[in-house]
Amino acid sequence: MNLAFQIAKTHLYAKPRQTIVAMLGVTFGIAMFITMVSLMTGLNNFTEELTMTSTPDIRIYNDVTEPRPSILEEAFPKESGLKVVHHPKPKNETPKLRNAFQMAELLRKDPMVLGAAPLLTSQVFYNYGPVQLNGNIAGVDIMEEDKLFDLRSKIITGRLEDLLTSSDGILMGSGLARKLNMRTGDRVVITTPEGFTMTLKIIGTFQFGLGTIDNTKAYANIATVQKILQKDQSYITDINIKLRDINQAKPKAVELQRLFGYKAEDWETANATFLTGSIIRNILTYSVSITLLVVAGFGIYNILNMTIHNKMKDIAILKATGFGAADVRNIFMIQSLVIGFFGSIFGLILGLFFSYLVSLAPFNGGDFISIDHLPVNFNLKFYVIGLIFGLSTTAIAGFLPSRGAGKIDPIEIIRGQ
Amino acid sequence: MQTILKTEHVNKYFYEPQKFQVLKDINLEVRQGEFLSLVGKSGCGKSTLLYVISTMDTDYEGTLEINGMQLTGKTQNELARFRNEHIGFVFQFHFLLPEFSVLQNVMIPALKLGKYTEKEIEARAMEKLKLLGVEEHATKRASKLSGGQQQRVAIARALINDPAIIMGDEPTGNLDSYNSQVVFDMFRQITSEFGQTIITVTHDEEFAANSDRVVEMSDGMIIGSKANLRPEKQ
Ligand SMILES: Nc1ncnc2c1ncn2[C@@H]1O[C@H](COP(=O)(O)OP(=O)(O)OP(=O)(O)O)[C@@H](O)[C@H]1O
Ligand SMILES: [Mg+2]
Repeated sequence: MNLAFQIAKTHLYAKPRQTIVAMLGVTFGIAMFITMVSLMTGLNNFTEELTMTSTPDIRIYNDVTEPRPSILEEAFPKESGLKVVHHPKPKNETPKLRNAFQMAELLRKDPMVLGAAPLLTSQVFYNYGPVQLNGNIAGVDIMEEDKLFDLRSKIITGRLEDLLTSSDGILMGSGLARKLNMRTGDRVVITTPEGFTMTLKIIGTFQFGLGTIDNTKAYANIATVQKILQKDQSYITDINIKLRDINQAKPKAVELQRLFGYKAEDWETANATFLTGSIIRNILTYSVSITLLVVAGFGIYNILNMTIHNKMKDIAILKATGFGAADVRNIFMIQSLVIGFFGSIFGLILGLFFSYLVSLAPFNGGDFISIDHLPVNFNLKFYVIGLIFGLSTTAIAGFLPSRGAGKIDPIEIIRGQ
Repeated sequence: MQTILKTEHVNKYFYEPQKFQVLKDINLEVRQGEFLSLVGKSGCGKSTLLYVISTMDTDYEGTLEINGMQLTGKTQNELARFRNEHIGFVFQFHFLLPEFSVLQNVMIPALKLGKYTEKEIEARAMEKLKLLGVEEHATKRASKLSGGQQQRVAIARALINDPAIIMGDEPTGNLDSYNSQVVFDMFRQITSEFGQTIITVTHDEEFAANSDRVVEMSDGMIIGSKANLRPEKQ
């Protein structure tokens, strides 16, 4: 084996340019893989984190759009025959969750649950001179909400505690505040779709980094929003839940839905579009990288075939002097693996360098996400995968030519002289 | 003297372009320490026979025995190992590995055999190169030597594992008379001093006439075997 290694080394050194070209193929393939996968997973993680910080693990609400049996079907359940009720609409149906506070209390006792926050939301128009900006106000128990979404870290001005003592205070999304040209301490007039008008005081601003939230949302106390909606003190529309283990969300949601009889939606279902996006990004990354590596593999296959063709005489001598088929095969297999190994290592280094450059590149997320640089994920795992990719590509590409070299009949070549 | 190589009823056919028998009932027996020349007209099958008895060509009928070991029917890998240890080769064209140094070329079969350490092998290789008078080129690339020098290096390589038999296919075919003489003297010395056996195909009548025995082939058959008297041995 050591001898095969020495011979392989001599062959590689004898044709440095060819060796380097073969290596570069692998190097670019791996570098591309590393760069792409780092950026793509960086983006995925970043958006996932953003979404996760703004979506509860499970949300319980009263889904009034859920189809329900019509009264006709209830009255004549067994009878067959034609029963027609044309497009029934819910009547006197409000999105209210009955006994929401008791449910939240019950949930908090569940060992799997980290926090449960009841809330209600109202659509509002913020009056800004003659124009009205669309938005919504969530009435929350701010301390419980903080447990779920770590609001404290997202506060830009003002303090969470100030909300507790204020009956008309709101915490406003920074984007919204900017649009309204308002700052902490200012007053804003809101109107509900029902026509109720009220003046609220901005006691602070927050920023999630996600345009859809920062540009539309405000937080207030539960009582404040109940007043805006002109509802009673038990009126709650949602309960947001955070679990100890996020991966339990799906089964837990099913369980809660059965338990409470209200719709319980886990974060995966709520963010299905986002998750599809990240799957597509992963597919893209891997298919581009594999394509590049396949091209590199063909390069190695060609170069090895050429080397073997040029080395027919040498192979004949080696076999005549006692090298077996496996020995000859090893010599060329080693060459291909050495090319693969060093090509991959250089590729990893180049990939690290490229991803570092990408992470420095300024990037404007615009209104949608607040981000000034591309998020890049420097994860050792990808470097290990890259190395495995590089080695297996070259092993596969090198195998056929090497085996062919092992099978060469020395007499044919010696006679051919 | 004991028999070192023996073939019994060896027949061989080529099927391309049409079926034709190239070796016809070859029964050859070679004694240890013999310096044997294989002669005959071009195309009579000398090289073909040499490839068969060298174990490289396994596509024949009949049996081959070297050193008391039956080699017919063994696998390619077993034969490769056998060649490595027991048979040395010298080709008409020098056939060195061009990218390796002269010394490495000589060492490689011994490194493959792995009987000695690398240091010992290097010392032995230098010794063989000295024997053939090319030791000063040891560190040069093999491709940088003249034809005669390369041929001597090839002989040194054939000798490195102290094989029982050294086979040559017109080893002096490309050499001038001076270098031919050097190679001949070398072969002579190997057989008489080390008891190794030499089988070589040659077109050189003088070379053949000075060897121990001349086996003549014609049209795929052995048609004569003549022992030469060697006055200097008496
Ligand atoms: N691979 C092959 N396929 C078909 N016929 C072959 C093949 N190799 C050799 N022959 C034929 O077999 C015969 C013997 O060839 P061989 O090479 O043994 O001759 P030779 O005695 O060594 O001749 P020379 O002295 O010219 O080297 C020739 O007629 C040659 O044409
Ligand atoms: Mg011949």
